[in-house]
Amino acid sequence: MWLNSEPLIFEMSSPGRKAYTLPNLDVPPSAFPEGYIREDLKLPEVSELEFVRHYTHLSQKNYSIDTVFYPLGSCTMKYNPKVHEKAASIEGLSQVHPLQPPHTVQGSLELMYNLQEALKEISGFAGVSLQPAAGAHGEFAGVLIMRAYHASRGDTKRTRVLVPDSAHGTNPATSAMSGFIVVQIPSDSRGNVDLEALKRECDDTVVGLMLTNPNTLGLFEEHVLEVCEAVHACGGLMYGDGANLNALLGIARPGDLGFDVMHFNLHKTFTTPHGGGGPGSGPVGVSAQLAPFLPGPIVGRDGNQYVLEVPEKSIGRLKAFHGNYGMFIRAYTYIRMQGPDGLRAVSDNAVLNANYLKALVTPHFPVAVERTCMHEFVVHGDIAGTDVRALDVSKRLIDYGHHPPTNYFPLIVHDALMIEPTETESKETLDAFADALVKIAEEARTDSELLHSAPHTTPVSRLDEVKAARSPVLCYKG
Amino acid sequence: MPYLPNTEDNQREMLAKIGVESLEELFNDVPARYRFPELKLPAAVSEMEVLNELYALALKNSSTGCFATFLGAGAYNHFVPSAIPYLASRGEFLTAYTPYQPEVSQGTLQAIFEYQSMIAEITGMEVVNASHYDGATSMAEAAIMAINVSNGKRKKILVSPSVHPQYRQVLRSYIPGEQVIITGDEDLNTGLGDLKAMLDKDTACLIVQNPNFFGDLLEVDELADSVHAAGALLVVVAVPVMSLGLLKPPGEYGADIVVAEGQPFGGGLNFGGPYLGIFAAREQFVRKMPGRLVGETTDQEGRRGYVLTLSTREQHIRREKATSNICTNQGLLALMAAMYLGYMGKSGLRAVAEQCYHKAHYAAEQIGKLDGFRVINSGPFFNEFTVQCPKPVPEINEALLKKGILGGYDLEQDYPLAKNQMLLCVTEMNTRKQIDWLVETLKSI
Repeated sequence: MWLNSEPLIFEMSSPGRKAYTLPNLDVPPSAFPEGYIREDLKLPEVSELEFVRHYTHLSQKNYSIDTVFYPLGSCTMKYNPKVHEKAASIEGLSQVHPLQPPHTVQGSLELMYNLQEALKEISGFAGVSLQPAAGAHGEFAGVLIMRAYHASRGDTKRTRVLVPDSAHGTNPATSAMSGFIVVQIPSDSRGNVDLEALKRECDDTVVGLMLTNPNTLGLFEEHVLEVCEAVHACGGLMYGDGANLNALLGIARPGDLGFDVMHFNLHKTFTTPHGGGGPGSGPVGVSAQLAPFLPGPIVGRDGNQYVLEVPEKSIGRLKAFHGNYGMFIRAYTYIRMQGPDGLRAVSDNAVLNANYLKALVTPHFPVAVERTCMHEFVVHGDIAGTDVRALDVSKRLIDYGHHPPTNYFPLIVHDALMIEPTETESKETLDAFADALVKIAEEARTDSELLHSAPHTTPVSRLDEVKAARSPVLCYKG
Repeated sequence: MPYLPNTEDNQREMLAKIGVESLEELFNDVPARYRFPELKLPAAVSEMEVLNELYALALKNSSTGCFATFLGAGAYNHFVPSAIPYLASRGEFLTAYTPYQPEVSQGTLQAIFEYQSMIAEITGMEVVNASHYDGATSMAEAAIMAINVSNGKRKKILVSPSVHPQYRQVLRSYIPGEQVIITGDEDLNTGLGDLKAMLDKDTACLIVQNPNFFGDLLEVDELADSVHAAGALLVVVAVPVMSLGLLKPPGEYGADIVVAEGQPFGGGLNFGGPYLGIFAAREQFVRKMPGRLVGETTDQEGRRGYVLTLSTREQHIRREKATSNICTNQGLLALMAAMYLGYMGKSGLRAVAEQCYHKAHYAAEQIGKLDGFRVINSGPFFNEFTVQCPKPVPEINEALLKKGILGGYDLEQDYPLAKNQMLLCVTEMNTRKQIDWLVETLKSI
């Protein structure tokens, strides 16, 4: 890591210095309109080399998949193949304007069509729209689809969305954003939805249930068929949060299990890079009865031509243009290179790696629910008999050269550490990570201060988040 | 299988450690009748083969590299300096997650802080979030925020008909139902004066685009005063965002929220995505803002550092009470925009914006001289302008395509009264030779 402090680019600025070149203006200049022109533009002035060093230094202050093990639960931080970046930068595919006439973009539309078809086959759904830009955006599409479906039947008293207490925060936030009331459903002792509690809430005011399967404990819902049946019996719909689809490729298709709608996270399961917070891509898949409500346009076929079409009862457009197309190229490339057997091997090995790591770790850190896990698992990160908490363990892992797992989520597990190794990590890496955790558990008993003050090997130590929130400094003031 | 390191020996050892006999046994919780479905997908291909397939698809496209491009309407053809994709594709930026662990994410965090600072400067606003999906979704979230600023009491969104048609569609999808009224754009002739007259105590915000969808620069004097007098917020859609290199920032004329499409700042065209939703606001509204924010603080030794802050607004803490459901945003595009603004700098951004302005005005002047063509914009414009054509726009565009020109946007698609009207866009990428060729080709039509 680059440990030196790096100035803000504003602080590197020298008047008159520049990095850019531009062609000379080759047309006669026109007068500017009076009263419309800005006086000042306080942007930095740096040379190209200063610019390159600045961003190179900044990059070296990050942990990333390319540099370290990154077992962030529910985020599926698997290797991002380099061919994807090459594919997405092919000029004929990338330098295309979204409003070009369709007959000049048949290649891009064909790729999108093929990706829609592949996602349908993988998930068991009848229709897919690629438009949503991220998981939460796909969720929003899904909930709006459920809303529109009920409304189209004149069924307007449905206002409650059921959400398990283990759900991602986006599920309740999305439901509220769509104008619905959120009803929390508890989990049972085996980490499943509490079936009796669910049945008590199922009535003719239920929009649907938002279920993550495998759930955020990394467990496959043992009563998934009964859950679907209960929700359907009261006229509700089953929403699937596809964040954890990496466990199910060629293992089970959510559409077959009874889900009506689900979003995909191309940036998780289909390994488009996370980019330090995005872009993602969150296509939404639906059963046949919901296909007319998909956000549009989607890509269809008319004879030999690929065309953009808006489904009959579409919930409308959720984004300008066609979605995060650059991610479609990467995900499509991945699916082509994996094929059906490769996709199955992805999930086989993701689940194998998680269970193997769980077997190594749980003697030292108790697992939240003892069952065979899917692609991830959750342990308690506090160390009994000490004042060491999950956060301390996470920060100390950094000193051992690993990115921490997801902390303090799901909320139903105290001191949760949610660990998702993914299929692209080797046994040696998993062994090294488990060894680090074992050593940290020892350190907690012998020198807990070492953990409280960790990390010790980073450009900055623990940061004062209270100060940041109490008197926010959100931009450079000069 | 690509990217999978586990050998058969590894798998055997690992299964033994777990205490199961086979991989299949790990999936016993999956209902047997649905377990292990056959996926009917084409068989796997190698890297070489997949690239060849993609090159073949690329040949079925005509990329903007094949044309002189005069199409804008929300997606803009600008030059991207080589250093930007080079640096943005460094694995440490590209393959990192959202910076939840600040000690090992200072690169991403400082870069976003610099992004927030630069966007604040060019928009004239005080706080900027770490991005939305695109300009259209930024605008929809701005409308929701305006309603929240009124604590849900104001339920009318006024939107100008000269806001990008797709942005208005997204606004309506984002806020379905009867509770909130979205109005102002039903009559496409509704001007700023009419919109001011529609402001009332129920209005949460007025949304205008400047330059507007037809290219006109708005007369913004006293606009904010009228909006504020009614107790509403002024939301300005600054599209095309490159105009901010030259024009007065919306903060200077009283905007409360500024949204924009950031794609022109170092992002390519990419057939419409991934793009960058810029979102900026007045500091007084910061706790009602959607999205992530990076703030400056210090570590235990007093060294400066950056963290995600004010996250009690966000879904992972606040769940159903969050200001938005947004989680993953367009972080890498925000990084690229910061890089673009840092690279072009004080003089470069102005120089690009000036070239766009001069070239567009040169083009408009030449086209205006042609028989049968007329530039409709009567006042000032930036780099997009509307041309009345003698024939339907699709017909003209087909003729232009044959001569290697990607023509303008057919306004009649969204505005039935805009018969035979084309929205043309000129950027620094268009040489005088290209503009002259466009003019000559239009003349021959």
